[in-house]
Amino acid sequence: MNYFIQRLLSAIPVLLGITIIVFFIISLIPGDPATAILGSYATPENVKLLNEQLGLDKGLIQRYFIWLGNLVQGDLGRSFALNRPVLDEILERFNATLILSGTAFILCSVVGVLIGTISAFKQYTITDKIITFTVLTGISLPSFFLGMMMILLFAVNLQWLPVSGMYAIYGGGDFLDLIHHLIMPAIALALVATGVVARITRNSVLEILRQDYIRTARAKGVREGNVLFKHVLRIAIVTILPILGLQAGFVLSGSVFIEIVFQWPGVGRMLVDAILKRDILLVQGGVMFVAACYVLFNIAVDLLQRYLDPRIK
Amino acid sequence: MINFLKLISRNKLALFGGILLVIIFVVSFLSPLLPLKDPDVIKTSDRFLLPFSEGYLLGTDHLGRDLLSRLLWGTRLSLLVGISAALISATIGSILGTIAGFYGNKTDNVIMRIIDVLMAFPYILLALAIVAVLGPGLFNAMIAVALVNIPFFARNIRGVTVTIANKEFIDAARLSGMSNFKIIIYEIFPNILPVIVVTISTTVGWMILETAGLSFLGLGSQPPQADLGSMLGEGRSSLIVNPHTSYVPGAMIFLIVIGVNLFGDGIRDALDPRLSKGELVKPQPVTQIKLNKNVKNNSNSFLSVQNLTTAFEFDNKLHLASKDVSFDIKKGECLGLIGESGSGKSVTALSVTCLVASPPGVIVDGSVKFQGDDILKMNYEQIRELRGNKISYIFQDPLSTLHPLIKIGKQLEEAFIEHNHQKNKEATFKGKELLKLVQIPNIENVWNSYPHELSGGMRQRISIAMALTNDPELIIADEPTTALDVTVQAQILLLLDTLRKERGLSVLFISHDFGVVSQICDRVIVMYGGQIVEEGKTENIMSKPRHPYTSQLMKCVPHIGFGKRELPTISGSPPSITYKKEIGCSFSSRCLIKKDNCLNEDIKIVQKGDSEVRCLYPHE
Amino acid sequence: MDILSAYNLSKFYSKNKGLFNKQSINLRAVNNININLKSKESLGIVGESGCGKSTLAKMLAGLVTPSSGEVKIEEKDINNYKKHELPNHIQYMFQDPISSLNPRKTIYQSLAAPLKYLRKLDEKEIEKEIKTIIKEVNLKEEFLNRFPHEFSGGQAQRIGIARVLLSKAKIIILDEPVSALDVSIQSQILNLLNDLQKKFELSYIVISHDLAVIEAICDRVMVMYFGDIVEKSDAKELFQKPYHPYTNLLLKSVPKINQKMEIKNLFETELPDPINPPKGCSFYTRCENKTEKCKDSNPTETINDNRKYKCFFPNI
Repeated sequence: MNYFIQRLLSAIPVLLGITIIVFFIISLIPGDPATAILGSYATPENVKLLNEQLGLDKGLIQRYFIWLGNLVQGDLGRSFALNRPVLDEILERFNATLILSGTAFILCSVVGVLIGTISAFKQYTITDKIITFTVLTGISLPSFFLGMMMILLFAVNLQWLPVSGMYAIYGGGDFLDLIHHLIMPAIALALVATGVVARITRNSVLEILRQDYIRTARAKGVREGNVLFKHVLRIAIVTILPILGLQAGFVLSGSVFIEIVFQWPGVGRMLVDAILKRDILLVQGGVMFVAACYVLFNIAVDLLQRYLDPRIK
Repeated sequence: MINFLKLISRNKLALFGGILLVIIFVVSFLSPLLPLKDPDVIKTSDRFLLPFSEGYLLGTDHLGRDLLSRLLWGTRLSLLVGISAALISATIGSILGTIAGFYGNKTDNVIMRIIDVLMAFPYILLALAIVAVLGPGLFNAMIAVALVNIPFFARNIRGVTVTIANKEFIDAARLSGMSNFKIIIYEIFPNILPVIVVTISTTVGWMILETAGLSFLGLGSQPPQADLGSMLGEGRSSLIVNPHTSYVPGAMIFLIVIGVNLFGDGIRDALDPRLSKGELVKPQPVTQIKLNKNVKNNSNSFLSVQNLTTAFEFDNKLHLASKDVSFDIKKGECLGLIGESGSGKSVTALSVTCLVASPPGVIVDGSVKFQGDDILKMNYEQIRELRGNKISYIFQDPLSTLHPLIKIGKQLEEAFIEHNHQKNKEATFKGKELLKLVQIPNIENVWNSYPHELSGGMRQRISIAMALTNDPELIIADEPTTALDVTVQAQILLLLDTLRKERGLSVLFISHDFGVVSQICDRVIVMYGGQIVEEGKTENIMSKPRHPYTSQLMKCVPHIGFGKRELPTISGSPPSITYKKEIGCSFSSRCLIKKDNCLNEDIKIVQKGDSEVRCLYPHE
Repeated sequence: MDILSAYNLSKFYSKNKGLFNKQSINLRAVNNININLKSKESLGIVGESGCGKSTLAKMLAGLVTPSSGEVKIEEKDINNYKKHELPNHIQYMFQDPISSLNPRKTIYQSLAAPLKYLRKLDEKEIEKEIKTIIKEVNLKEEFLNRFPHEFSGGQAQRIGIARVLLSKAKIIILDEPVSALDVSIQSQILNLLNDLQKKFELSYIVISHDLAVIEAICDRVMVMYFGDIVEKSDAKELFQKPYHPYTNLLLKSVPKINQKMEIKNLFETELPDPINPPKGCSFYTRCENKTEKCKDSNPTETINDNRKYKCFFPNI
C-alpha cells in the first residue's frame, strides 16, 4: 500500500515532463491560430482581439502555467474547430478508442502468451512451425494494409461484417451490433502485437526451461503439465509483463491507423484531423490525455509486476 | 566475419530473407536506369487500368500513372527513409545509452528520466506532434520516426552497457591507465556493437512501417512524390472498386518487412551466444536414451550402475562426458564421487534418473538397476514416479535451484502432493515436520518466505528437507556444500550425516573436496576424464591412495597446518570433453610415473590391496 | 617503512528510503579498519562472504571511494596521486580470470594496454616486454593472438598475473586468486605467485575465504568478520593458536582428510543485520565464549605479545 502511493507520486514528475513536452512542442507549431480560425481575410484588429481572448499575447512560460493550472482543474480549453470544450470531445472519443484498443490489447496478451507457450513446448513440431510462420507474417504486415484487405474480403466480397463505423447507422446501437463492428478492427489492430508477444513468450519459455529450478521440479517428480503451469508460466508471465506494457503503447499507436481505416470514432482520428486543421488546444489536450492514461496504465503494470515478483525491491 | 556469413547462410529462412532484400534493393535502386515510364506523368485516359494491361505491367492509379514505375520509385524512397531513420536513431540512442550506462549516477539519472518521459508517449503521439511542428513532408516524417525511436535504443544500449561496465575487465582497463573515453571506445564499444546491430536489424522493419504509416496518414511524402505509404493512402479512396491500387504497394511493404525480419532474425541468431550453446532448445523431461548394446546387469545391489556412458551431442558428434562408469551402492551406504570439473561426476549423478538436459545429453550405454529394475528401460511415467519419491536430489546452489517465485511452503509440499495424491492439509503437516527435522527456526515465517529472503545455509536446509519429503531410499547430493561458507558447510555436513544415519539412507555424494568427502562417505570413487580411476573405502583411499592421480592431487591441494611453502603440483590441466576417441590412460600426460605402454591400450580396473584402481603401475 | 597503510577506513552504502523520504539507510560494509603492509610482505585477509573483504581491497586499490579514512601508498595519500599514476604503484588481480579479460580483444591487445597507457612505451618495446613476461608466467608465445574464451581458467589467471606484472607496480592485491580454479591447478598458481614475489620484490595483499590458500602464501593474516578485523597476527601463530573465537571456529570448520570435524550443531550461522549493526560484539550470537558483557559492549583491539584481537574472552 505504501509502495502504491509512492509509485503514484513518482508518476508526478513524469506527468509534469509530459506537460512540458506537449505544451512546448505544440507551441512550436507554425502558423497563427487566430488566422486559422478567422480565415486569411481577417483584419489585424480582429486577430489581435482574438489573440487576447485566447491568451496568446502573453509570454510562453506564463501561458504554460496558465494552461497547467487549467489542466489541473480539468479545463483543457475549447476546440475552435468543433466549438466545444476539448475535454468533452476527448471523453466521448476516448470511450471508442478504449473499447477498440482494450479489446485488441486483451486479445494480443492472451493469444500471444498462449501461442508463444504452445510453440515453445512443441518446439520443432509442425505446430511450432505453423505458429512461427504465422507470427512472422503477422509482424510484417502494416496494420492499415491488413485492415484494408480485411474490409475487401470480409465486408465487400463475403459481406459478413460491416465495412466501417462503430454502430450501424440504422437500427443498431446494442451490444451485439458493437461486437459485430469491433471484430475486424480489433483483430487488425491486435495482430502485430500478438506476434511480438508470442515470439518473446516462446523465447522466454525456452530459456526458463533450461533453468536449474526447472530441473529441481523435474527431480521432484513433478508432472510435465504442472512444470509448465506452476513453474514455467509463473516466471514467464513476470518476464513478459513489461513487454505487455510496451505493447499497450503500440496498440494505442496502431489504433490511430485502424480508426482511420475503419472510420472508428476514436481519439486517434480526432488527433490527425486536429493536426491537419491546426486545432492546437485539441491536439494538446488529446495528446496529454492519452499520454496520461498510458502512464497510469504502466503504473498498474508495474504494481502487478511487483505483486507477482517478490524479488523486486 | 566469414564465420558470421556462414552462420547466417546456414539458416535457410534468413538466407531467403537476405536474397529477397537484395533483389528488392537492386531493382529499386536501379529504377532511375530502368526503362520505366515517368512515375509522375498523369494520363487521365488510362485511369485504373488493371495489372497486366498492355504497357502497364501492374496497371495504373487514379490519375493514370504507371504503378510499376511508381512502385519501384516509391520502394526506393521508403527504403532510404526507413534505413536512414534507423541509423540516425541507433547512433544517437546508442551514444546516449552508453553515456548513461557507463557514467551512472547523476548523468544516468538525468538522461534516463528524459527517456522515461519520452517513452511515456505512445510513439505515434510523439511522431504526430513532431510532424505537426515541422510540417508534413517525407524528410520531416523521417526525422519524427528517428526521434521517436531514440529512447528505445538508448534504453536497450544502456542496459547492456551497465552490465559490461560492471565487468572486471573494465576495472582492469582502468588499472592499465586507460581514460574513461578510451575505455568507452576500446573496451565497451566492441562489446555493445553486436547488440546495436541486432537492435537495428530487428527494428529497421518497424521504422519502414512507421514512416509508411505517417505517409499513409498524409503526413509524409507529399504529391506528386510517392513512397509506399502514400501510395497505399491514395489507393484507399478507391479500395472497393479498384483494390489493385492498394494491394500493389501493400504487398511490397509486406515483402520488404518480411525480408528485413527474416534476415534480422538470422543476424540475431548468429550473434546470440545463447543459440550457439543450444540454450534455446527445450530440454526433454527425460534424457534421450540410445543404448548401443545390451549391458548385462545381474547385480542384486540396492543400486547398481553398470557401464554407464553419457555423451553430449554437438554438431552430430558425441562428446563422451562419462565412460563406462560402474558402481554399486548398498542400503544405508554413503558413496562419494570425487573429481574435478569435466571429470564426469555430475553427469553420472544426473544420469541415474535421466536428468541430464537433452538435447544435448544422450545416454549411449549402460544400465542403472535400482531395487532390481533397470531405470534406463523405464518409460517417462515410471521414472517420474521414482524421482522425488524413492530417489531424490540435493543440488549445488540453492538460490538457483529453488523456484524464485514460489513460497518455501508450497515448494516443500509439492513433491508430497505429486506422489501421494493427497490433500494439501497432510502435505502441510509433513512439510512443517521436515522443517523441524532440518532445524529451521520460526517455521511459520520461513513457510511463507521466498527463497531470496533466506540465507544460503537456510536455503540448503530447505533443499535437504525437500529431498526427504517422501522418505526416499536414495539421495543424490551434487556438491551440496560447495556454494556455502566454510562454517555453514560444517553445519550442513553435520546435518546430512546425522540424518542419513538416523534414517538408514543411501547417499551418492558428489564433491571435488577430499576433506568434505572424508567427513561423510563410507566409500569413495575418484573420477578423471570421465572414467573411474580408483575406488575403495574412504579411509583406505585417503591414507593409501593407489592411483597416481589420487595421490598427486591429494598432495597438491593446500591443507592447513603446514605454513608458507612451495606446494607440490600436477603439471598441465585436466582433459576437456571431446568427441575424439583416445586410447590409453587419460592422466598419463600429467603423471609422474608414466611408462611407454600407458598409451598402448585402454586400461582396465584391477584390484590392488583394498582398493580397485585403473592403472598399470599403481602405488604399493 | 610501510609501503601501504590505511587508517580508519570505512565504507557505508547509503540508499534513500524513498523518493520523498530524505532519511537514508546506511548499509555497513567496512567499519573503521587500519592496515599496514611492509615491502616484500604478503598479508592475507580472510573472511566469509559478506564480511567486506573485497570492498576493503577495492578501496585500497582506489577502485572504490571510501566513506571515510585514508589510504597511503609509499607515505603519500592516494588522492594526491594523479589518476594514471596510481596503477603504477598498486594493481588488482581479479577473482574471475576469464571475465577480467575483454572477450573481444586478443591477449596481446589486453597485455599491451598497461604498457601503452601506463608506461608509454613504443610498439617495439611493448612487443619485447610482452614476450618476456609471457615466458615468466609459463605461457606459450603463440597464445598471444588468441581470444580469452580459448583459455582454461588456469591459463587465464596466468595472463591476469602477466598483465599485473607489466605495470611494474610493487603492490598487488590478489582477490581470491585461485577460488575459480580446479583443485589440481590451484597449487601451480600459488607457487607461481610465491616465485614472482621473490623475483620482483612484490608486496601482496591476498583476499580469500580459504584458510589453506592464505596459509600457503601469506606472512601475516587478518581475520575479518562483519566489516571489522577481529584478529591479526603472524600467519604461523594464528594457524597454530587462534585467539579469537571466530578464527577458532573458521579453523575448526575446515574439513580435513581422515579427521572428523569437532563441530557442535549450532544453528546460528547468520551475520548480523548490516543496516542495524548490534551494539555489542557482532560475533555474539555465534560465540562459544560469550557473556552478557559481549552483548552490551563492543570489544576494542587488545595487544598481547604480537597478537592483536578484538575479544573480551579470547581462547588463550
